[in-house]
Amino acid sequence: MSSEPVSTEKLPVTVLTGYLGAGKTTLLNRILSEPHGKKYAVIVNEFGEIGIDNELVVGADEEVFEMNNGCICCTVRGDLIRIIEGLMRRKGKFDAIIVETTGLADPAPVAQTFFVDENVGRRTKLDAVVTVADAKWLKDRLKDAPEAKNQIAFADVILLNKTDLVTDAELREVEARIRAINPYAKLHRTQRSQIPLDEILGRNAFDLDRILDIEPEFLHVSEHDHDHDHAHGHDHGHDHSHDHGGLKHYHDEDMQSFSLRTDKPLSADKFFPWIQKLVAEDGPAILRCKGILNFKDDPDRFVFQGVHMILDGDHQRAWKDGEKRDSKLVFIGRNLPEDKIRKGFDTVFA
Amino acid sequence: MTDTQPNTPSVVERTRAVSAGAPVVAAHFLGRTAVLVLGEEAVVLVADKGDETRLPVHGGGILSAATNGICVVTGGDDGKVFATDARGESRLVATDAKRRWIDHVAAGPDGAVAWSAGKQAFVAAGKAEPRAIEVQSTVGGLSFAPKGVRLAVAHYNGVSMWFPNAQAAPDVLEWKGSHHHVAFSPNGQFVVTAMQEPALHGWRIVDAKHMRMSGYSARVRSFGWTVGGKWLATAGSEQLVLWPFQSKEGPMGKQPKMFAAFAVRATTVACHPKQEVVAVGYADGTVLLVRTEDGAEVLGKGPGAGPVTALGWDTAGTLLAFGTEAGEAGVIDLG
Repeated sequence: MSSEPVSTEKLPVTVLTGYLGAGKTTLLNRILSEPHGKKYAVIVNEFGEIGIDNELVVGADEEVFEMNNGCICCTVRGDLIRIIEGLMRRKGKFDAIIVETTGLADPAPVAQTFFVDENVGRRTKLDAVVTVADAKWLKDRLKDAPEAKNQIAFADVILLNKTDLVTDAELREVEARIRAINPYAKLHRTQRSQIPLDEILGRNAFDLDRILDIEPEFLHVSEHDHDHDHAHGHDHGHDHSHDHGGLKHYHDEDMQSFSLRTDKPLSADKFFPWIQKLVAEDGPAILRCKGILNFKDDPDRFVFQGVHMILDGDHQRAWKDGEKRDSKLVFIGRNLPEDKIRKGFDTVFA
Repeated sequence: MTDTQPNTPSVVERTRAVSAGAPVVAAHFLGRTAVLVLGEEAVVLVADKGDETRLPVHGGGILSAATNGICVVTGGDDGKVFATDARGESRLVATDAKRRWIDHVAAGPDGAVAWSAGKQAFVAAGKAEPRAIEVQSTVGGLSFAPKGVRLAVAHYNGVSMWFPNAQAAPDVLEWKGSHHHVAFSPNGQFVVTAMQEPALHGWRIVDAKHMRMSGYSARVRSFGWTVGGKWLATAGSEQLVLWPFQSKEGPMGKQPKMFAAFAVRATTVACHPKQEVVAVGYADGTVLLVRTEDGAEVLGKGPGAGPVTALGWDTAGTLLAFGTEAGEAGVIDLG
């Protein structure tokens, strides 16, 4: 589609989210002050919170607008487009970009910005969405703050912070709650946001390999245990949990995820119309989808990801000799039409 | 889709190359001196005889530039606005109190200068203290009206039309979406913005009547009116798109003219100040001079390493300066 010449290497962008007080600012201060030999341009939502004077710290206003492209959930951060274009003036002065969002922000417009604006997409790539969560209070926030739940659902990496403030049982409980929403994110337990920075930066999480290789145990469990009754009342604290060998397993009320996998080659002519129709119809429910695809007669792996109605994909690399050629897809969303998606997927084999 | 024809006349041999060595974000003229604004810190003055002077102006990236013919105004991520003249003197016009980025600048009649930082736009005219307004969201573009001190301030969902010397709140021309680059037609009757979507939006100022100009393959990053305001020349597509502005209705209900079809996208346009000619820069570094009457083409520059990001004519229309994202630059002498 684009007639622009292929550009040089793209700068990785890490999106840092987390509910108020979870420990984002502590983490940012660590990134900016620790000697790690890398320079980061940091786009912050509130000047002054960062106690470090750095010419590469830029204030943003979280200005979201709707694109006039007939896509109702296609909202974009205009301020990010402007700031990233400005930062590109100083290309070579930094290694990567970190975007901090406010505690109440929906990560979708941030992620969509990287797919929607051609100029931004040509020069940068979304590396990972990192969510900092408060081990003590997340459980409550998941009940009363939809933003907090979105941030967990969107994450590629989750820092479960302040683990020193909770008991082991509480920790397992909150981890199970997180897994009920997003079993695919890499989860780290931290205190005072202490974590080796290479665990959160330069992850290439959108490379998808690692995420899709994680097949959590409880996912298998849930897959052959799917006939329990969801139709109970609507007061809080009733979520059922079942214990499988000590691992608590929850189902979240309105946020779900599931994965699809097949070793049958897919037909590109069938897959793309199907997924495009799916996100056009059910995009508002699909917070994120991602996948690695094995198309018939295609020597390359095809990777794609999507946020709501926006899809982005490309050939990634050749399948290696002896590598298992299968297709894997993950969907995370609110009230996902799982049956419809599963049935639809069955029709796109070559 | 045709690339440059082998028999296209060429003025390439009239080019004096300039060693910019960095992305060029704007090209202007002060008399016969070309001013190439670089993406970071410096501007390069190229005198008529070819002497190049590199002036460090900003302590960081240069985000915007504009000229009134007497000086070139630049805004930087160092929070400063400078005005640089043809002798290479840079005058500090303003420093943002919070050291915010100066996203946009504009140069107006009688030496008036405007700039924006975040949601605030400022105008400094004469010796008076700068005046400021705050608009509903971050400023996307600024432009002075051709006559009088009136400033168009683009932002989300429209353009604020501000008389800095009046107390009244600005009129807002509304249209949903994110508006960037903004400009008045030379007769002052129309104002046009480039939107985040691949489209332009315009208003007839007298009655705020809307004009939608769409069909582009990318966001339009450059546009301008040809001499006398007959055509609105626009980049953003794989050809030069010209919207007719001869009538009081503007381009409504009319088709644009399209010339100079190319394999890659037009990224930058600059209209000749005296003749119906548009310089068009493309994503592969090519520059063509295109006559709006019949689409006749003259090659100004062959393809290079990066897209053309800056084009500018001198007021006589005999010199054309160009610059690319890859740092190629030059001045073509057509005289």
